[in-house]
Amino acid sequence: MSGGLNPTVGKTPLSERGPAPVRTVVGFGFWLFLLSDIVMFAVFFAAYAVLSSSTAGGPSGRELFDHDRVLLETCCLLLSSFTCGLMLIGSKRESRRLFYLGALATLALGLGFVMIEGIEFSEMIADGAAPTRSAFLSAFFTLVGAHGLHVTVGLAWLMLMATQVEAMGFTSMVQRRLLCFSLFWHALDIVWIGVFTIVYLGAG
Amino acid sequence: MDRHLDGNDGAPGGTPGESHGGSSALISYLIGLGLSILLTLASFWAASTGAVYGPGVPVLLAVLAVAQMGVHLVFFLHISSAPDQVNNFLSLAFGIFVVALIIFGSMIIMANLNHMIMPMEQIIARQR
Repeated sequence: MSGGLNPTVGKTPLSERGPAPVRTVVGFGFWLFLLSDIVMFAVFFAAYAVLSSSTAGGPSGRELFDHDRVLLETCCLLLSSFTCGLMLIGSKRESRRLFYLGALATLALGLGFVMIEGIEFSEMIADGAAPTRSAFLSAFFTLVGAHGLHVTVGLAWLMLMATQVEAMGFTSMVQRRLLCFSLFWHALDIVWIGVFTIVYLGAG
Repeated sequence: MDRHLDGNDGAPGGTPGESHGGSSALISYLIGLGLSILLTLASFWAASTGAVYGPGVPVLLAVLAVAQMGVHLVFFLHISSAPDQVNNFLSLAFGIFVVALIIFGSMIIMANLNHMIMPMEQIIARQR
């Protein structure tokens, strides 16, 4: 915590305060990375918005997308964001039980999301709606696939963090890594809001 | 809370009660979850119902999506305009600026090009 280290610092001018706590610096740096990651997603969103009607005579989004399945995916990701918060609270209270419970729920919900998306992709490709079929489908698979890839990497990171908590306990280094993971996971959920609104619901 | 007095920035994702891992963090996540579920269901309802005037549906969806992103930023990522969040908040503002520039800039330029370019049939007809 920024204030916890030196409460008397309140009246000192900015030039005499010294460096910010490591946790603040790490959090800020990771926040900048996330913003640049979101800018990358913005490029994919722009490509999708421009190409979404270029179906080249192939299937359109209206024919391909199943709203019930997308709602299920959204619920998985939303609930996993909440359980990720529980996990972070568990790590701050240094309660292993709450931490592992939150981590396990986040892992299960994230895996559920990736599996539903995998089924959707394989069904689309089996139906002839592969990324090579039209510019619309190339843009779709790039955007949604990039998000799914991020979630998959996040799941691997989560399992790594669980083993680090097991091996090292709740040291301040592990706590910082958990803070970064939770920021990453919540940011992915924000990107997903854009995906289901623009890609799935915008297509009708 | 002395962290609001010292003028140093806090980490993003840090919660108001985080020094105790307190219940205020849990309440924040619960509020965020409740609001997000409401906004998500409203989005899916707006997309499938006939009760909303057709051309207004995309606008309604955009409003609901922006509202839900705001809920996530405030209640899950704990980004605010508080004095200890100036760096986080300013970088977020710059990020939103770049994202808007990329998306709306691309859409305007491509729509303009589509408008200016000669339809394919006319190009073929002229080459005969």
